[in-house]
Amino acid sequence: MKTIFEKTVSGRKCTELPESGIPAYTLKAACTRAEKADLPELSELDLVRHYDALSAKAYGVDSGFYPLGSCTMKYNPKLNECAAALEGFTDVHPLQGDKSAQGALEVLYLLTEYLKEITGMDDGTLQPAAGAHGEFTSLLMIKAYFESKGGKRTKVIVPDSAHGTNPASAAMAGFEIVNIPSLADGCVDVAALKDAMDGDVAALMLTNPNTLGLFEKNIGEIAETVHKKGGLLYYDGANLNAVMGIARPGDMGFDIMHINLHKTFATPHGGGGPGSGPVLCKKRLSEFLPGRRVAKTDGGAYALKKASPKSIGNVRAFYGNFLVCVRALTYIITLGREGIKDAAQKAVLNANYMRKRVSEFLDVPHNVPCMHEFVASCEKLKEETGVSALDVAKALIDCGIHPPTIYFPLIVHEAMMFEPTETESKETIDGAVEMLRSVIEAARTNPQELKNAPKTTPVGRPDEVKAARKPIVAFGKIPR
Amino acid sequence: MNYTPHTERDVAEMTAVIGVDGIESLFKVCEAFGGGDKGLSVAGLSQLEAEKKIKASAAKNKVWTSVFLGAGAYRHYIPPVVRHIGSNPRFVTAYTPYQPEMSQGILQAVFEYQSCITSLTGLDVSNASMYDGATAAAEAVLMCADGGDILVSAGINPYVRSVIAAYLKGRGGKITDVPLGADGLTDTEFLKNHSAGAACCIIQQPNYFGNIEDAKSIGGILNDAGVKYILHTYPISLALLASPAECGADFATGEGQPLGLPLGFGGPYLGYIAAKEKYMRKMTGRIVGETTDKNGHTVYVLTLQAREQHIRREKASSSICSNEALCALTAAAYLAAVGKEGFVKIADDCAAKAHYLAERLKASGFALKYGSTEFFNEFVTVSDGVSADAVLKKLAKKGILGGLKIGAKEILWCATEMNTKDEIDAAVKAAKEIF
Repeated sequence: MKTIFEKTVSGRKCTELPESGIPAYTLKAACTRAEKADLPELSELDLVRHYDALSAKAYGVDSGFYPLGSCTMKYNPKLNECAAALEGFTDVHPLQGDKSAQGALEVLYLLTEYLKEITGMDDGTLQPAAGAHGEFTSLLMIKAYFESKGGKRTKVIVPDSAHGTNPASAAMAGFEIVNIPSLADGCVDVAALKDAMDGDVAALMLTNPNTLGLFEKNIGEIAETVHKKGGLLYYDGANLNAVMGIARPGDMGFDIMHINLHKTFATPHGGGGPGSGPVLCKKRLSEFLPGRRVAKTDGGAYALKKASPKSIGNVRAFYGNFLVCVRALTYIITLGREGIKDAAQKAVLNANYMRKRVSEFLDVPHNVPCMHEFVASCEKLKEETGVSALDVAKALIDCGIHPPTIYFPLIVHEAMMFEPTETESKETIDGAVEMLRSVIEAARTNPQELKNAPKTTPVGRPDEVKAARKPIVAFGKIPR
Repeated sequence: MNYTPHTERDVAEMTAVIGVDGIESLFKVCEAFGGGDKGLSVAGLSQLEAEKKIKASAAKNKVWTSVFLGAGAYRHYIPPVVRHIGSNPRFVTAYTPYQPEMSQGILQAVFEYQSCITSLTGLDVSNASMYDGATAAAEAVLMCADGGDILVSAGINPYVRSVIAAYLKGRGGKITDVPLGADGLTDTEFLKNHSAGAACCIIQQPNYFGNIEDAKSIGGILNDAGVKYILHTYPISLALLASPAECGADFATGEGQPLGLPLGFGGPYLGYIAAKEKYMRKMTGRIVGETTDKNGHTVYVLTLQAREQHIRREKASSSICSNEALCALTAAAYLAAVGKEGFVKIADDCAAKAHYLAERLKASGFALKYGSTEFFNEFVTVSDGVSADAVLKKLAKKGILGGLKIGAKEILWCATEMNTKDEIDAAVKAAKEIF
């Protein structure tokens, strides 16, 4: 399909400005550019058709099943979209002052309060724009916390089953990473933790349930081990959907955490953002939180507080991805206490049902009751047939569904990580299981065929090596 | 109200297959951590009730129709077609395009966004987007940090300065603030005297006070001294001003919100970052590249992933995973909607209106703080004998959102194509009454 630049016809346009009745102003020539920036020129209809054609080559939750493990691709309710499109939210300037933005401050205040209740934490910020941004923010806070106590802790422990963002965020925050091996079920090896845990360790980063979808049964002992040495326990909220309304990180012993509103709280992922990564923490870390936060005054009005002198500053401009927060708040008030709990329950029910059915024909290395996701492995299949997790994933595309996350977590070979989420029906899961079964059967009867998948998509498997060797990253720019 | 489809019968059948006697038994392992009665305090609502409630919150915000406030967030006209494209559910509800065969639409859209950014900046490579302009600036600084000083112009937006400082608390780095002269422009003599051994320098164009920096001369100084040059830009101004490439910049960063995104009380916005080709393999964030499939068809993929967290973990160039893809797609649609010529007209209109407003305010008792220094669409006034608060209050009474108070008597004003001549005249008339 042609790019928008190739559809450009000089002189075409979609919009025009009114006559202003104001004299033109010409900037001094010394500061102006030599040539106009090369931008597309299309009629409005051609523009609409271009993006319509692109959307036909995209796939969202609205299109079909999307069991991408660790990503919580649940349904994004349309009420939330309507809320975020209200002019009273979209057309509010972030600096227009507390008095004329009471509704916006109310949204930020209520969302923070509800997230505190759900997580069992004492305070929070909505400023971080994504999960990894929330991790980075938290680690800067952890660093500031130890510095304020006059000490310096240089290390952060990350289990090898953790999301890649954990070590990357900790490294960005200036910590040395200590990787500890996980047990086969992805749980923390408490003995290894005890060995690694010393007075230089600032924090242990954990996601619970872990990336195999299993709840960390030794969480009490883990928290005690970390706290005894003066360290902090960090909760990666990527998997919060499994336990929200049922168990709270704050009650498990975690000191600080991030939440992915675009996972757990049903805000859409937008093909790679915007997300939102609020950070919640216990009281002793509050004064390090970034940004200006909202307080409720005695008179019931909302006001932006000045940041504490010990605050890490700002991790982005203004108060966060506000319109994403509007969606998440709408979701929370709609579901309420029972609905939030119901969502976690049905997410876990769906995952276990799918696990049980998939384990009939594909290896599930830890085939025990899981939380919101489970990990299957194509290792044996590959040994027997040569068909890999990648081949299976590509074949599932031909079945019309989105494949699961593959090759993660790293501790399971040829991993396929399924997270069906709570909004999928039994029929949808049954359908996907049958598709997967037929693919696995095809692997045994006609493995070569799967190597050619997908066949129904507009393009076949890309040459990734070529893409990286001679990168073409903008139209008309040929690599030198 | 919830969105789970399960009937009682479904639950019974599914628990039977799992081999448990009820859903609760799947949670035994974690039920000790429930916090007792604490949890979420509110009961659920029907959609009808929830909609009323959230609308009531929206109604508590004032939507100003006459606005002269910018300072990092700008009100520009968003053609309806842009919102339409940006709300397509196949774009909105997709994940990061990990499976390129079924994500060509998003990948191509982001590739086109990257192409637009390279056009605006004149640089070779743009990533797929950053969280916002301030984090784009901060990550550009991190890419340049080599132990030397980080020179930061005092003309930079205070939020951007604050985010750079926060990011540098990670791996360390010393900021040297470069002062502005009386003309409101970065002090180039100071720059010359402090560039030896510095890692990089970030300049905002136009700067926070609206003034147009001599970005080319600054480029000359920095390039001669071997200091990496980051130009933090207002994208609409790039229609007229010398491109970062023409100014000798190594990196261009900026807040992409003016490109078709609503004010939205501060987000979601869009950070853009572009660089010379030599920085490509160290670039932060996602990058979409073009390649082919085995049939020779053009295919777009996430590329150069060896820089990224899911491959490199602690050695990654950044931890960024989700970025602002939908905002990037929307920005590209905006640039296509206004088009090559229209984009220049918008910038011309902004400049014309801001200069008209400035002239009228000058004739009404205000002084321009930076005299004859060239500005784009923002400028600072000083009101002798009258407080900024009094001016802004007076305007507010007339239903006008004035500029930002940045000193007891100083206001940072902004005009865009949204402001009509009548609105400007009315604002000036109201402001004049205060004297």
